[in-house]
This record gives sequence, structure tokens and C-alpha cells, in this order.
Amino acid sequence: MKFKKLITVVVGALAIPFAAIAGEDSQLTVEGQLMVTSVAAPAHMENVDEIFSGWVFRKDETQALQMDDFDNPAFIFIDKAIDTFSKVEGTAGKACVSCHESPEVFKGLRASMPRINSSGELETIPELVNGCRTERMGAEKWKWSGGDMAGIIGLIGLQSRGMTVNVAIDGAASSAWDKGKDLYYTRVGQLNMSCANCHEDNYGNMIRADHLSMGQINGFPTYRLKNAKLNTIHGRFKGCMKNIRATPYKEGGDEFKALELYVASRSNGLTIETPSVRN
Amino acid sequence: MAKGVKARVKVPKTADVGEIVTLKTLISHKMESGLRKDSDGNKIPQSIINRFTCAFNGNTVIDVKMAAAISTNPYFAFDAVVPEAGEFHFTWYDDDGSIYEEKKSVKIA
Repeated sequence: MKFKKLITVVVGALAIPFAAIAGEDSQLTVEGQLMVTSVAAPAHMENVDEIFSGWVFRKDETQALQMDDFDNPAFIFIDKAIDTFSKVEGTAGKACVSCHESPEVFKGLRASMPRINSSGELETIPELVNGCRTERMGAEKWKWSGGDMAGIIGLIGLQSRGMTVNVAIDGAASSAWDKGKDLYYTRVGQLNMSCANCHEDNYGNMIRADHLSMGQINGFPTYRLKNAKLNTIHGRFKGCMKNIRATPYKEGGDEFKALELYVASRSNGLTIETPSVRN
Repeated sequence: MAKGVKARVKVPKTADVGEIVTLKTLISHKMESGLRKDSDGNKIPQSIINRFTCAFNGNTVIDVKMAAAISTNPYFAFDAVVPEAGEFHFTWYDDDGSIYEEKKSVKIA
């Protein structure tokens, strides 16, 4: 609601810079730490000048939930993940904590993911987690968007909260990034829509009772009021694709991983808000 | 004991004598209403937290009776006067007889 008003004002008075109007109430501080919720778009984005965190598009009440870690319901799941972190599982008799001293060692990881690993493949945090589980712990894989997985990637992501998103898109990552960009602009499904139709052409406008965001993923995994749990990036992609009556790609598949890289690169410059609260 | 229950409480560490402080509590609980059915059409039995109390040095601050319509992960925020240094004692009573407790002490600044 606030966002819509801002847009109107900017259109009405083109000369006034955006930040001057935004005022104090559009600043996101989480536990005293100031987050960047709007910043100049990264150079590779041709059609957008300024990027906004999804937080900007939410109602005041929802925005307030994210500003205090106690009010943020995502922390129930983070608390559970802290327990999981030291829970021994699998044939090797190990827990996360056996190798990784504490969750804090993952500081900074979330801000640069997904990335190209040493064998030249695109890797994401859930894959790292499952790699650890199967190879080092001898435990079973977790489901990509299951509760355990969402909790632990939330805990890992939390360590990077406040850090600037900086995903590499050149060099070895460029082919995956190109693929992700193609997917972003490809129309699919019965409604024949691409990601860009909503999140680039129409952000800030209403979609039914809700404001369309720019589809930034800097706050994932995110607690959604609609389903009262942590939601993963690929889970959200899947939801979007169902909404446009398309057959979703597989969670953890090459398409979604490439799309994740591209979408993450669109938030280069914003801060990691994990775990965020959205509706 | 229901699965995955975890209580969270936020109480200031210090307060002035007679100060009104805000307490926030949240407990993760699925709060199964007893009205839903599983995929075979059988009723899923009710499993909720039916009572929540908070006491300060033995004196009741709040005593809440809860029913089936309360949402998952019940959250309570309320004010309390701190007349002296002491301890807030929070208790949740589950339908299955389990009791979840949490204690937080407050010092006088």
C-alpha cells in the first residue's frame, strides 16, 4: 500500500529523488541492523533502474513482524534447526556440529549462493546440506523443500543477514546465468506468462488482493503468513508456475537452479534478510 | 508430548520497581482442532494446548483458557507490573497431559 502511494508521488513530482520521499518508515532495521531495501539495479538488468526488496511491498503489520526476531515467526523454525544442527544422525554417527563448529561458520555463504563449484557445476545450499548428509553423515537425503531442510537453510542464511548479495554471474557461471535469464523471459503455461510479466513489468501493482513484488529472493527461506511455515526458493518458484497454470520444473532441477542464479543476481546490492516475513 | 513443541519467551532482564513491562510468549504447537479428517476419512483427534498461565513469584499474572479455534503456534503478548525482583514462570498445559514450562528472572535496575 505504502509502495503504491510512493509511485504515485514520484510520477507526480518527477524531479524529487525517490529516497527523499521514502522517509523513515520505509527503512527496514532488524534487531538494530539497517537493511538495504532499495538500491540501483545491477548493470545487467536492462529494463529496471532501481531494485526493491519484497519487504517494501508488504503491509505495515507484515513489515513490523520482520523487524523483531521475537515477533518473526520464522524463528520457531530457526530454533528447531539449532537443535537439528547438533542432532546425531546416520551411520557415521555424526551431526552437523561434528564438522562445523557452530552455525556461525557459514557467515557469508548465503550472500554468494548459488555458485559454481570446483567441478564446474552450479551448486545451491540445499545440495551442500544433502551432500553432507549422504557423504559424511551416512544419513538419508532431506526433501528439497521439507521442514528440516527449510529450517537448516534458514539457520545458515541467518548468519549472512545484513550482508550484501553478491552472486557471481561471469566466467564459469555465465552459461547457467544465460539459461536462467532465458527462463525468466520465456512465457510458459496456460496463461502464457513469463516471470518478467509480473515481476518486472507490473511490480507494485495489485494482483488480486496483493501487491506484486519484484520477486527478489534475498529474504529466503521466508515465513509466509499464508502457510505458516518457512518456504524455500524452489518451492516458491513452483508456486508461481502453478499460478500461471504451467507444469512446474523439478525442485532442485537444472532449470530452477539456473533460474535461482539469475534471480539471485537480480538482487545483487540488496541485503540478505533471511528469514523474512511475507504474505 | 506433541511433536516439535518449543516455547519462546521474551522478558526484559531488568526493570524499575513498579514498572510495567511487556512480556511476549510463543509456543510452537500444531494445535490440531479435532475437526479435520485424514486421507481415509477418519477424524484426527484434538490435540491442543488448552491452558496457558503466567505467574510472578507465585502470584498469577494471566491465566488463559484456550479452545479448538486457536491458531497454530499460539502467541501471547501482555503487560505485567514488576513490584520487586523475581521470576516469571510460564506454563502451557497440553491436551495429552504434558506441561511445558519456562522461567525468566527479572532484576531491579
